[in-house]
Amino acid sequence: MNSVILQLAAKYLRWLLISFAVLALLRGHNNPGGGFIGGLMAGLAIVYKGFAFNAFQVKEKLLKRPERYMGLGLFLILLSFIPSVFAGKPLMTGIWITVPVPFFSGIKLGTPFLFDIGVFFTVIGVTLLFVFSLTQKK
Amino acid sequence: MVYILLVFLSASLLIFILPGWLKKQKAILLSFVQFAAFIYFLSHVSEITSYHSKSIFIEWIPQLGLNLEFMLDGLSMVFALLVTGIGALVFLYAKDYMKSYAGTDKFFFYLMLFSGAMLGLVLSGNLIQLFIFWELTSFISFFLISFFHEKESARKAAFQSLYITGFGGLSMLAGIVLLGSVVDSYSFSDWLSNANAIKESNLYLPGLLLILAGIFTKSAQFPFHFWLPGAMQAPAPVSSYLHSATMVKAGIFLLARLSPVLGGTPEWTYIISLTGVLTMLTGSYFAITQTDLKGILAFTTINALGVLVLLLGINTTESIKAAMLFLFIHAFYKATLFMVAGLIEKKTGTRELRQLGGLIKYMPLTFVIAFLALLSMAGLPPLLGFLGKELIYEAKVQSPGIASMILILGVTSNIFMVAVSLYFARKVFLGKPGNFPKQPNERGAAFLIGPGVLALLSLVLGLSPGKLGSAVIKPALSAVLGEVAEVKLKIWHGFNQVFFLSMLTIILGFLLYVAMLKKDKLLIYWKKINDVVFAVQLDEVFAWVMDKFVAVSKLKTKTVQHGYHRLYILTIIVFTSLLLWFQVFVTRSWNFDIPFTLRPFYISGLALVIILASAVSAVSRSRIVTIISMGVAGYGISLIFLYYSAVDLAITQILVETLTLVMFMAILQKLPRFAVLSSKKTRLRDFLIALGFGSVMTILALKAVNVNLNRSISDFYLENSYLKAFGENVVNVILVDFRALDTLGEVTVLTIAAVGVYLLLSKPKSRKL
Repeated sequence: MNSVILQLAAKYLRWLLISFAVLALLRGHNNPGGGFIGGLMAGLAIVYKGFAFNAFQVKEKLLKRPERYMGLGLFLILLSFIPSVFAGKPLMTGIWITVPVPFFSGIKLGTPFLFDIGVFFTVIGVTLLFVFSLTQKK
Repeated sequence: MVYILLVFLSASLLIFILPGWLKKQKAILLSFVQFAAFIYFLSHVSEITSYHSKSIFIEWIPQLGLNLEFMLDGLSMVFALLVTGIGALVFLYAKDYMKSYAGTDKFFFYLMLFSGAMLGLVLSGNLIQLFIFWELTSFISFFLISFFHEKESARKAAFQSLYITGFGGLSMLAGIVLLGSVVDSYSFSDWLSNANAIKESNLYLPGLLLILAGIFTKSAQFPFHFWLPGAMQAPAPVSSYLHSATMVKAGIFLLARLSPVLGGTPEWTYIISLTGVLTMLTGSYFAITQTDLKGILAFTTINALGVLVLLLGINTTESIKAAMLFLFIHAFYKATLFMVAGLIEKKTGTRELRQLGGLIKYMPLTFVIAFLALLSMAGLPPLLGFLGKELIYEAKVQSPGIASMILILGVTSNIFMVAVSLYFARKVFLGKPGNFPKQPNERGAAFLIGPGVLALLSLVLGLSPGKLGSAVIKPALSAVLGEVAEVKLKIWHGFNQVFFLSMLTIILGFLLYVAMLKKDKLLIYWKKINDVVFAVQLDEVFAWVMDKFVAVSKLKTKTVQHGYHRLYILTIIVFTSLLLWFQVFVTRSWNFDIPFTLRPFYISGLALVIILASAVSAVSRSRIVTIISMGVAGYGISLIFLYYSAVDLAITQILVETLTLVMFMAILQKLPRFAVLSSKKTRLRDFLIALGFGSVMTILALKAVNVNLNRSISDFYLENSYLKAFGENVVNVILVDFRALDTLGEVTVLTIAAVGVYLLLSKPKSRKL
């Protein structure tokens, strides 16, 4: 596949898609979205560019070693369990803090969000590794 | 106490990171650690009088009744002293013995860990904890026995001992759980205070039998004794440690430990005494026909273990006293003799009785040491062994019920032991020099310290046994009996029945020895008779069973795990649909009133499209058409999700459909041309299976509408989603908060699946994971 239109579209659409994925991740707690959906979107966005440029053989930064995403994701998930231990609560209890932001009522941050980010990265890694393995030249 | 275990563990690990100049002395260092522990225990001997014991309680998993409980009472003390004391000497001995071998770091690591595990075992006050240490000793002994792993025989012996003791350990665990369920605790003190409840419950006999299976396999009782002679493939320090203070003594320890809880019933007495007698006879009988030094010693160990088990089975004050004393006696002489055997092998290059002889000229000191130990083994005065034999005879005379039979068999077995001891001394050290592969000498002080100290102990304690009796044996006896008992050991008991039995034993033993010496051919005939009578060797039976076991497993694997993906899926689907159909028929679920309400026309239309698309994908002969129509079905379903306002579900479905399409597209070019390869018959079969599964799923879906769901769970989520987890998107809150553990599991599975796909599909060379 060597289509100029596709390549040009991919170049810009990809970042749009990734931003959209991040948005889905961020709003997930209160609106439709979340780490799994965001991760799939972002993964597909990266795959999209890979297809347009035949980039699976090219050394594309985002495509290199997709297993790293999975590792990062699982690490973040495990990291999100730790605060509950120090708070003296059962493991995996959600811990929330409110970050004061001027002009707003404050942003609530919690370990479930960290957990969701972990899911996000894991799913990106899994998606990429699936497609990556399938498209390798025999 | 706990610190000692931690020190043992860290010392074993430290071996690997010692600087070079210290590493050379690692055996000495470890020996010192052992010795320090020995001193620690020795200094507490006076505190552990009769009832008084030290205990430590650490909570571990209290919800499961699992706590770390350590207790040091008289019984533990006996074993702790043996483990650390003999341990110190064994390490010292191993310093010279292991000098010429590679991998000594590993060796000392295993040995130290092993002794730590044994120490943990004897200090355990919780039976599950005891089981863990028990398995650890089985496990580490596997590595010790197979230390010379380049030899096939060593590997075989190691596996044999692992299988047998492992099997026993698992039975024991089952037994512990059974009896633990009676008192609802695994703590030994709870068992002790509820001993009657355990004895009266229905589970007593099965529990006892299962635990005894563990004890008998570990302590090499008949008919499991055959792994012990095999275990002599281990280096000599290991053999000497394994046979004297550890491993096989673990079973004896547990038997003594449990005797106040489980003992005193006829089942206990008869099963254990009978096993002990059989083992005792087997050991002494086969010891005579061996020609390998370590082989002789291994069978005498089996004899000694039989005696110990028998004494604990008789379960009287006298017999337990005799058992506790005999523990020391046997540990002393057996450790000595194994060290001597290893020394002889090192210096002469052989362990074969036929090649040995006249060693007294070359190794006089070794002879003195070995002779003392052999006298103790034969039970001759003034060694500690004599004292033990007197006590054992006394116990047997007074044993209830079957005294006469036990006494006769006991004397017989001791006659053999006397003969074996004398024969050993005569053949190895006296007579004309054998043709040694190497010229023997007696250099290396470390070689002689260990056996020397132990042999001297046999002698000194034999001459003045009073202190040993009152300070060590008395608390142990009290711990086993559960009541305070007096122990007064003395060497001279007067002319009584027991004394005459001793004399008889010695005289007959001597006569047997003379007969063996005079008639070398006697032994050969003996061996031939054995070969005929015992044509079926137990270890061969065991090997046969294991072979068949493996063969059956292979056959099973071949039939069940055939490797055809399509057949796996077929199996899963067939069984699922059979189960579902069964349920449908049993509950007569085929009559249901379907609420056929007309949905908006576009949803009905969508449903029609989905059905059509599925049908097309099934019959189409073009891959692209199949993929696209599957996509149509998938996207259609996500629209239905959307209609029922399951937004998250719809988005996920769309994304997954997209991903599936993308992946199909990626491999489309690589697939071969579409072809029909299956026969009509298989297609008919697949069609029927699909029909069966599809229709049962339809019934299920239709039933689901009517099922009265328990709404409390979903209500809980709806109510608490914002209150407790600060999220308005319930689906997301469930995923990342309420059921985060499930999500973690799912994400991990995904990761593993991805890695699996990668490994399956990538070229072997380009694998980088």
